[in-house]
Amino acid sequence: MCSYIVEKAKLLGSAKGPNGWMRIDTANVYYDHPFHSPLDHVLGIDFINEAQGGRERVALELSADSARALVDKILAALASGEAEHGKGAHPHASPARGRVAAE
Amino acid sequence: MSYESMLAETVAFTGHKGNVGEAYYARPLGPGPWPGVVLIHHMPGWDWWIKEATRTLAYHGFPTIAPHLYFREGPGSPDDVGARVRAAGGVSDEQVMGDVRGCMNFVRAQPYSNGKVGVIGFCSGGRHAYLAACTHPDFDAAVDCWGGNVIVDDKAQLNAKRPVAPIDLTENLRCPLLGLFGNDDENPNRDQVNRTEAVLKKLGKTYEFHRYDGAGHAFFNAARNAYRPEQALDGWSKVFAFFDRHLATTAAARAA
Repeated sequence: MCSYIVEKAKLLGSAKGPNGWMRIDTANVYYDHPFHSPLDHVLGIDFINEAQGGRERVALELSADSARALVDKILAALASGEAEHGKGAHPHASPARGRVAAE
Repeated sequence: MSYESMLAETVAFTGHKGNVGEAYYARPLGPGPWPGVVLIHHMPGWDWWIKEATRTLAYHGFPTIAPHLYFREGPGSPDDVGARVRAAGGVSDEQVMGDVRGCMNFVRAQPYSNGKVGVIGFCSGGRHAYLAACTHPDFDAAVDCWGGNVIVDDKAQLNAKRPVAPIDLTENLRCPLLGLFGNDDENPNRDQVNRTEAVLKKLGKTYEFHRYDGAGHAFFNAARNAYRPEQALDGWSKVFAFFDRHLATTAAARAA
């Protein structure tokens, strides 16, 4: 199916795109048909700086299984890293989440 | 052996509210007359496969124009532009209908046109094709390839950009409609396809629906795992025969 369902995650960080490094403040996350991947559906993530208009992005298209595996690995890396280094604290530690228009 | 030729290029068209956008346009070379087609892309956007489908129709004798429905979000590559449109909740039906009308006018105005124009769309574009056939009485034939959300069961899904379920406009359908669907598709699912057909039948519309076993969504798309060559070849043959029957002006072409 084609849908317009997008989950928005607020972020604090940076990403490297075609024009070099940029600050990012948002990840648009969706599950739909890909543009590039030869899969029927992908978990897509677009990292953007919405405050600056969001015109540049760093994009991912992942299979559902590999997206779930990535979530596990992110959590595992955070757990081991924070055990080693301690928890980082910053003013955006509890990012807001939202959903935009759905069809 | 006869000489074959085709021209495929980016053209400008005047769309909704007079905005000038870009479209991919492919046509056989020669004097014509040819019937034209407007091809509406799927949600991911104006990609390789959409342009391939445009050339396929031209190869079979239909000058075909595929508008870049996201051109207003440019400049940028079609995938980046599509990402911006997705994040903004998609494009409005009103805007798409304006752009589709502009492309219909473009192809009908060509000196080699026979005056007939059809519309075809894939996925969300299939929904748009159904909507266009119910919105613009000047289309002569329409093809809905697995358009989802023609029927909207959850009215909460309707919004400012997509305020009306296309099925509720079926009374206004003036041209013959061809529908192609995979029986393993989830949107539209079998029940939704059956209910759409029931409405067309009840209202006495001219239509033909073909359902394919062993196929799901987007089974024409050779760039995806969903591709089903046997069903796709049969489906394409149904499209060409339908357009030949309803868009051609000569007896020979109608008999083809």
